[in-house]
Amino acid sequence: MVPLWFYLVVSAALFAIGAYGALARRNAIAIVMSVELMLNAANINLVAFWRYLNPFEINGQIFAAFVFIVAAAEAAVGLALIIAIYRSRQTVIVEDVNMLKW
Amino acid sequence: MYYVSELLKDAGLSDGLANTLGIYISVILLATVFLLLPIFTIWVERKVAARFQNRVGPNRVGPFGLLQSIPDVVKLLGKELIFPRNVDRIPYMVSPVLMVMSVVMTVAVAPLGPNIIGTDLSIGALYFVAISSLATIGVVMAGWGSNNKYALLGAFRTVAQLISYEIPLVFTLLIPVMLAGTMSMQKIVDFQGDNYWVFFYAPAAFFIFVLSNLGEVGRSPFDLIEAESELVAGFMIEYSGMAFAMFYLAEFLHAFLIGVFAATLFMGGWQGPFVQDVPALGILYLTAKAFFIYFLTMWVRLTLPRFRIDQMMAFNWKFLVPVSIVHLLITGFFWKVLPEPDVTGNFIERLWYGAPRMLVMFVVSALLLGYSLRMLRNAILRVREETTAKLREAYPTAHPTTAPAGD
Amino acid sequence: MEITWQTIAFAAFAVMTLGGGLMVVLSRNLWHSALFLMLSLFGTSGLFVLLVAPFLAAVQVLVYIGAIAILVLFAIMLTRRMMGLEETQNTQWPAAAAVALVLFLILFVTVSPLVDEQWFKDILGGDKKDGLGQRISTLNADLPVDPDAKDSGVVANEDLNIVTVEAIGEALVTRDGFVLPFELASILLTAALIGAIVVAREDEA
Repeated sequence: MVPLWFYLVVSAALFAIGAYGALARRNAIAIVMSVELMLNAANINLVAFWRYLNPFEINGQIFAAFVFIVAAAEAAVGLALIIAIYRSRQTVIVEDVNMLKW
Repeated sequence: MYYVSELLKDAGLSDGLANTLGIYISVILLATVFLLLPIFTIWVERKVAARFQNRVGPNRVGPFGLLQSIPDVVKLLGKELIFPRNVDRIPYMVSPVLMVMSVVMTVAVAPLGPNIIGTDLSIGALYFVAISSLATIGVVMAGWGSNNKYALLGAFRTVAQLISYEIPLVFTLLIPVMLAGTMSMQKIVDFQGDNYWVFFYAPAAFFIFVLSNLGEVGRSPFDLIEAESELVAGFMIEYSGMAFAMFYLAEFLHAFLIGVFAATLFMGGWQGPFVQDVPALGILYLTAKAFFIYFLTMWVRLTLPRFRIDQMMAFNWKFLVPVSIVHLLITGFFWKVLPEPDVTGNFIERLWYGAPRMLVMFVVSALLLGYSLRMLRNAILRVREETTAKLREAYPTAHPTTAPAGD
Repeated sequence: MEITWQTIAFAAFAVMTLGGGLMVVLSRNLWHSALFLMLSLFGTSGLFVLLVAPFLAAVQVLVYIGAIAILVLFAIMLTRRMMGLEETQNTQWPAAAAVALVLFLILFVTVSPLVDEQWFKDILGGDKKDGLGQRISTLNADLPVDPDAKDSGVVANEDLNIVTVEAIGEALVTRDGFVLPFELASILLTAALIGAIVVAREDEA
C-alpha cells in the first residue's frame, strides 16, 4: 500500500498550485477554480488521514462531505457575484473591479 | 463477474486465477455485448417507428432487414473525419469518447442475474447517477470545441436540460434506495424478490424516473439538444464519420439502458420464476423487461411532438421536481407508518401478507400522480386560453372568435 | 515499498490530479482551464477510491464535476468576451510563485519522512527544545510511515467493510453524530441557492 505521506505530498502540491492560481490569475473565474483546487487538496488530506489513522470513525469522511457542501455553496454564490459584476462593469478582471480602492 | 468466476472454478481453475480471469472476461463480455447491442436496438427502433408510421421499415438486408445496421456501420467507417477550421482539437475528439464512456461505464453496476453483475458496488445507484452526469461534459466539449454557433447553442441548452432533469431522476432513484435500505443494485433487486416490485409501491416514481431519463438522453419529446429544425443537429453538427457514429451509439445505448435500469430499480430486475436455479434465465427476464420499457419510451418518442425549450424547463421545474419531492416524502411516510409484514413465510405467504401495505402505497402514489397530472392539464389549458385571447386581440381577423380555441 | 497495482493507480491518479491542477492555473485559455479542472477533480476522485471512500468518490464526480465544474463552464460561457485575454497572469505572479513554492516546501518537509533524517534535523536545529525541526518531528511521529510494516497500525482494505454508506448516513442523522451540522449545511445550501439567484438575476426594470 502507498504510504500516507505520498497522499499528503500530493495534497500539499495541489494546495500550492491552487494558492499560486488564486494569487496570480487575473480572471475572477480562474480564481474561483483555484480556490476549488485548494478545497480539493484539503479534502485529499482529510480522507487520507481518516483512512490511515482512524478508519473506524466515520468523522473524517463526514468532514470531507461538509467540504463538498461548502464548496458547492461557495461556487454558486461566487459565480453569481462574478456574473453580476460582469453585467454591471463588463469585466471579470479582478484588478479592474477597484471602485472601493482609494 | 461472480458468475464467470464460479464457472471457471467449476472448470477446475484455482480460486485466485478464476477470480482474476473472471474480472477480465466479464469486462470484455459486458463491454462487447453492450457496445454491439445498438446494432440490434437500432433495427428494433426503425422497425417499430415504421409500424407507428404505417411503413414497413428496413427489409432488404438479411431476414426482416435484421442486418441493416451492419452496412450502415461500414458506411460510417468509410467516411472522412472532418475537422472544420479553428476547432479545439482535443476537446473536439475527446467528446464522443466521453459520451460513449459515460454510458458504457454504467453497465458495470447493472445486475443481469443472481450473481451476474459487473461489480456489486455498495454505492451502485449513486455510481449510476455520477457516471451519467459525465455525459454533460461531453456535450459541452463538443458544443464549444466545434466552433459553431449552432453547436454552442445546443451546448447551452444541454447544460440546462441535463442538469435540470437530473434532479427528478435522483429524487425518484431515492425511492428504491430508501425502500431497500441500500444503494447496492444487487440488494435492491433482492429486496424486490422478497417483497413486491418497487413499481407497485411507487408507480408515480417509475413514470417520473423514465421521463427524466428520457430528458437525460435528449430524445423526443425532449430532443431540444438536437432539434433539427432549429439547431440543425445541435452540438453534433460538425461531426462526421465514426465520431458521429459514437454519438449515435451513445444515444441508442443510453436509451436502451434506461430500460435496463428502470427494470432493475422498479420492476424487479432479473427476478422471475426459476431464476435461482438457472441464473442465466435472469438475463432473459431482464432483457424482456428492459425491452418493454424501451418500447414505452419509443412509443412516447414516436407519438409526441417536440417541446419548446421553455415548456420543457417548466415541465421539469414546475411539475417533475415538486411531484418527485412530495412523492418521496409521502412514500417514506407510508413506508414507516404502515406495519411491516412478516417476511418469513414462503413466496405466496410473503406476497399475501405484504399485500395491504402494497395496496395502500400503490393507491396513494397513483392518486398523487393522477392529481398532479390533473393540475398540469388545468395549467396548460389556462395558458392556452390566455395565449389564444392575446392572439385574438392582436390579430382579430386571423383568429375569429367563432373558431375553436386551441393551437 | 513494492510496486503493486495500487501504487501504479496512485501514481496515475496523482499525475492526473497535479497535472490537471497545474494546467488549470497555467493554461492561457480559460475554457481549457475548466476542462483541466475536471481532469484534476476526476483524479482526486480516483484517489478517494484508492483510500476506500467510494461514497466520497462518487459524490466528488457528481457534485464537483457534474455540478460545480459545469457551473464554472457556464460562467465562462456567459462572460466569454473575457476569454481572448492576452495576459492571464497578473504582475505579481513571480511573488505568487515564490509564495506557492515556499508553501509547498514547508508542507513537504512537514509531511515527508525526510524530517527524521539526521542531516535534516541538523539544518533546522532540531536539537533545540523548541526548534522547528523538533516540532515537525513530534508531528510526524504519529504518522505510520511505511504501511507495509507489520505494526504500522494501518487497517487493511478488506477489514474496512464496516465503514459503509449506511454508516455515513447514520452518522449524518443521529444526535450523537452530525445532525446539527447536517441541518445547518442544508440551510447554508438553501441560502446560497437563493443568494445566487438574487445576485445573478437581471433587474426587472
